[in-house]
Amino acid sequence: MADLHRPDMRAPGEPLPPGGNPLPRQGLWAWLNKRLPLDEFISDQLTGYYAPKNFNIWYFFGSLALLVLVLQLATGIFLTMFYKVGEATSFDSVEYIMREVDWGWLIRYLHSTGASAFFIVVYLHMFRALLYGSYKRPRELLWVIGMLIYLALMAEAFMGYVLPWGNMSFWGAQVIVNLFGTIPVIGPGLVEWIRGDYGIADATLNRFFALHVAALPLALLLLVVLHLVALRRTGSNNPDGIEIKEKLGPDGKPLDGIPFHPYYTVKDVVGVGIFLMLLAIVVFFVPTLGGLFLEGPNFGPANPMSTPEHIAPVWYFTPYYAILRAVPDQRMGALLMAAAVLLFLFLPWLDRCPVKSMRYRGWMSRTALAVFAVSFVVLGYLGLQPAEGVYVLLARIFAVLYFLFFLAMPFYSKFDRVKPVPDRVVYHAH
Amino acid sequence: MAENVVVGDDGVDLSRRKFLTTATIATGAVGAVFAAVPFIESWQPSERAKALGAPTVLDLSKLEPGQMTITTWRRSPIYVVRRTPEMLQHLKGHDQLLKDPDSKDDSSQPPYTKNLYRSRVPEYLVLIGTCTHLGCLPKQHFSPADAEIGAYWPGGFFCPCHGSRFDLSGRVFTGSPASINLRIPPYEFSPNPSTLVVGLDETHKGAA
Repeated sequence: MADLHRPDMRAPGEPLPPGGNPLPRQGLWAWLNKRLPLDEFISDQLTGYYAPKNFNIWYFFGSLALLVLVLQLATGIFLTMFYKVGEATSFDSVEYIMREVDWGWLIRYLHSTGASAFFIVVYLHMFRALLYGSYKRPRELLWVIGMLIYLALMAEAFMGYVLPWGNMSFWGAQVIVNLFGTIPVIGPGLVEWIRGDYGIADATLNRFFALHVAALPLALLLLVVLHLVALRRTGSNNPDGIEIKEKLGPDGKPLDGIPFHPYYTVKDVVGVGIFLMLLAIVVFFVPTLGGLFLEGPNFGPANPMSTPEHIAPVWYFTPYYAILRAVPDQRMGALLMAAAVLLFLFLPWLDRCPVKSMRYRGWMSRTALAVFAVSFVVLGYLGLQPAEGVYVLLARIFAVLYFLFFLAMPFYSKFDRVKPVPDRVVYHAH
Repeated sequence: MAENVVVGDDGVDLSRRKFLTTATIATGAVGAVFAAVPFIESWQPSERAKALGAPTVLDLSKLEPGQMTITTWRRSPIYVVRRTPEMLQHLKGHDQLLKDPDSKDDSSQPPYTKNLYRSRVPEYLVLIGTCTHLGCLPKQHFSPADAEIGAYWPGGFFCPCHGSRFDLSGRVFTGSPASINLRIPPYEFSPNPSTLVVGLDETHKGAA
């Protein structure tokens, strides 16, 4: 018990107790706080972080994305405990997980459904940014970091889909890796380097596994931290697109802001509850969602000598896939597909509108966004259909509309007639 | 000498410090680039993968006219078709429907592909059976005027993935997403005319 009277460590700058007496013993929290800036962290990030008070339903998806990331990391770690990477073992080990590991089916279906859930949440999160101009100054970098997260997520999802080594895994890898072969001069050598063999092979599977379970998750985590740090610097946008930091009260806090904790943590808990209910419905009753979340051909092993009737990626890539197939030239198709993804990065500079939120923009911006959203969904549907007849024609039409949203933006966003933006956010107490 | 080296703020030789900083960063960067080489090179096909990419030998004596057989070479399916005189006849007369009827576009192809039959011997067509669009396996639709494709169809290959169409010399039709003709692997007939060796020819001797 002599330890209790040992002089404790002091916080930086804290004066020595009078007479050099030992500090009175304090609780565990105080002990921890002298060694870790816990109170500071909580007050900086949660109780002292002021978010606009007019958030609506669109503001659930950021925290949900974080939740899905945790879900994927947790289920993924458990899957690696049973999965055996290799041309000869991958498919069988996934079947082993599904049939013989206790609760293995649940862990696997949570992971496969989580992948689709990730994209649903991220697409809604991105649409929110388009709706309220959250990518605009001063949040350009926040948007760019978010887009890098999206790109890393696409790579993560693609490589994850290869790991079960089903027939769609194999042929999906074949099609996507061959896209790099359309790059002039270096293409063919690059494809061989990515595969590590003359075809999609054991070497390819093995390196995709390493990237999927180690390299890309680390990159994702780093980018998510950067995304949150950048958000803390600029503060959240809101449905009115008004900077709440410009209207401070006498206490120096934004008049239209409320502390993130407890107000938004409590709100987010409701979103988490509803999200987990929907996730459970899919996991327990329709884990393949009729071939949308897990495709039929992937329940048969990879067969390099038999192409599935229709190669289609999982739904979250189909809008881009439809664009790829709409072009009757492979190099141009691959180029336009890449452009369709990368154009998002340039939104902050394509948009010349003085107003952020669609609430105060005119009919041109609103129509453009609506047409774009419809095009994205229709292209997503077309990417799941065979590449023939009317489907190709429609894909061409909607691909043009898709690109017009970006390429015409500097003009329509500039000439659009905007409404006056109020000084304070629009808010009705409930 | 030592008295001249003043560590105080005012006496620091800033240009010298800047030079040393730049030189250190530049040397470190060069070192990092060299250090990256082994890691990047590790992704190249391994010695084992190269050894498994050795030539494939196929006996053609049992292949009937009009039939196709599939073998593999370097993990690619190799289509071998023994074309009938009618099939060879159907290769003529649709040049205007082809993107590259004379096989001029793809310079990586062996010289013996630069003819109407795209082969060493008109009778035998040897192809890499992966679509030049994105690598699916084109399916055989050998009968002319195939109902699924159209009345113009002279017989050939149809890719189910993205709808690329090729004739019985592997030449691509306009309107296909594939831009170039199906690739021909290096091959030769040796030691006799009914033994096909894929992966060997005048320029490709032994395993790569």
